[in-house]
Amino acid sequence: MKKTPRTLFEKIWDQHIVFQKDDYPAVLYIDAHLIHEVTSPQAFNGLKNRGINVFRTHRTWATMDHNVPTIDQDKPIQEEMSRKQVAMLQKNCDEFGISLYGLGHPNQGIVHIIGPELGITKPGMTIVCGDSHTSTHGAFGTISFGIGTSEVEQVLASQSILQYKPKTMNIKIDGKLGKGVTSKDIILYIIAKISTAGGTGHFVEYSGSAINNLSMEARMTICNMSIEMGARGGMIAPDEITFAYIKGRPFAPKGKEWEKALAYWKTLKSDKDAIYDKELFIDATDIEPMITYGTNPAMGMKITETIPTENDMENENQRHNFRDAMEYMGLQGGKPLLGQKVDYVFLGSCTNSRIEDYRSIAKIVKGKKKPEGLTVFVVPGSAHIVKQIEKEGLDRIFIDAGFEMRSAGCSACLGMNDDKIPPGKYCISTSNRNFQGRQGPGARTFLASPITAAATAITGRVSDVRDFIK
Amino acid sequence: MKIMQKQKLTKIISTAIPLRMENVDTDQIIPARFLKATTREGFGLNIFRDWRYDPDGNPKPHFVLNHPQYAGEILLAGHNFGCGSSREHAAWALSDYGFKAVVSSFFADIFKNNALNNSLLPVQVTPDFLQLLFAAVHENHKTKIVIDVDKQTISVPSKKISEAFDINPYKKICIMNGYDDVDYLLSLKPEIEEFEKKRKNDYSLS
Repeated sequence: MKKTPRTLFEKIWDQHIVFQKDDYPAVLYIDAHLIHEVTSPQAFNGLKNRGINVFRTHRTWATMDHNVPTIDQDKPIQEEMSRKQVAMLQKNCDEFGISLYGLGHPNQGIVHIIGPELGITKPGMTIVCGDSHTSTHGAFGTISFGIGTSEVEQVLASQSILQYKPKTMNIKIDGKLGKGVTSKDIILYIIAKISTAGGTGHFVEYSGSAINNLSMEARMTICNMSIEMGARGGMIAPDEITFAYIKGRPFAPKGKEWEKALAYWKTLKSDKDAIYDKELFIDATDIEPMITYGTNPAMGMKITETIPTENDMENENQRHNFRDAMEYMGLQGGKPLLGQKVDYVFLGSCTNSRIEDYRSIAKIVKGKKKPEGLTVFVVPGSAHIVKQIEKEGLDRIFIDAGFEMRSAGCSACLGMNDDKIPPGKYCISTSNRNFQGRQGPGARTFLASPITAAATAITGRVSDVRDFIK
Repeated sequence: MKIMQKQKLTKIISTAIPLRMENVDTDQIIPARFLKATTREGFGLNIFRDWRYDPDGNPKPHFVLNHPQYAGEILLAGHNFGCGSSREHAAWALSDYGFKAVVSSFFADIFKNNALNNSLLPVQVTPDFLQLLFAAVHENHKTKIVIDVDKQTISVPSKKISEAFDINPYKKICIMNGYDDVDYLLSLKPEIEEFEKKRKNDYSLS
């Protein structure tokens, strides 16, 4: 009998089911669990209250990223509650025997940057973390998704999690990307097209020639923002680009083990006739450099377009939300964003803080200088990336341009630590969310690609990066 | 090992607070700067902080939680409630504030899981029924809404309207009896260990 064709998602899912009872959620085995200081303390408290240990300590890795300062990381954290939260992670990891890459450790960094960087993230795995951007790891052909703290406790206690099987969705992007168009523009384009709920209940696979031609780092940017369209996660089938990226990393298999792993990884792709619950086809040549104008990631447009107006909205609820967003942003429908003055530029976050991002930014800003009164933060995703930036001399280019170099952390992406955008100020950001108050109370965010942000950092006004590329 | 018993939830009869906004993200429910606590309690204090208070800490009179006439254990909310960050603190904040159910025409996945794990019932209704609920509450803020977990119905007796809602059978048992997912998983340890043995030579497990 012919086997039913399956998608990549279904293959990995099926392979990780420990137990499945009718009407009950699946008990799904988790290969790698990443934790950080903000969403783990209550889970450890749960274990203590139950009087149990972490079930598989070698499958959990911890780092400090959300609630840490990005200057003076070698000194005690000034703010008391942050200091206590970070100390709590240290204590819990010591007590329960979990590897921690804390402040000052050479492997420290944003949780979704260090997983791939260290080779923890490998094709075919299930990976979870108490952070919605866990979808990043899907770029390696994994099932990776964000979870709540009760679920963090489930994984610590049993290395398994209760999950309902999501539906599958294929987003196929074929064609050649135009000048100045990056993977960030691809994902902002998709989200603008299908809304912040367009992927809810689904696990997305990205495919097509435009995806296959991307580097691993660019693929991670796309998978990272899957959650911004509501998707449970996003994934890309592994290929030679994936294998080359993993080879030689600290947690990558070596020697004979590598050969065995590679043979398995090569089987990880959707069957030709596999059926997805939903499909979306996109012509890569239709994508241009993108920017958001509103207060959710789906409120985005091509950078040369004008902001929509109330008349473009479908119903009264949407008009109400649009008015609210425009009031918050201090913008007007029907106007362009090109030329809009910005006060801050944030070059960081788990979406775009990898070495390739900084190389592309350096190309744009080399030999140029930011205008007076503009603040530009460069916040690399990990301590290793900080070192690499220095090794390649990119830090000199940034410092000469008047940018501020910081240490690794989530920084101004989420307005939790000291790095915040002041009320009413405009920030062009390489991060993932433009929600009200996301970058600080009253902060106004434009999401864009690293090179669009770089061009804007040089002019102080929202700029079309294509004018900066020969 | 201690068995964790949670609050049992079988029926909610309450007035509701109407929040018409769509795409309410978890950063609005509880902003990141209030996520520094290491316990589950007290987050209700800062729920919808920047919609409820101005930067000086004065209540914004137009926000619905500051309307003196609106109160209750049910939050009525617009489409796609709870999108964005996975922070369970959003569910904790809603529970801590006193909500037992959120009613919307659509919920984001992670929020829905988090709510169910905290006995905060996410009740998904049709967009038309949601509009009827908003209308009933706007017409009379004392309108009582009845949510019956066992029968899986939500109704407004004074308006003689009712609708059925879905809830996963497993989660229904948990919520009605106060059962806990971790206890269930711990009971499956032999199966989990067996699974690990079987996959010992499997490279996706290394």
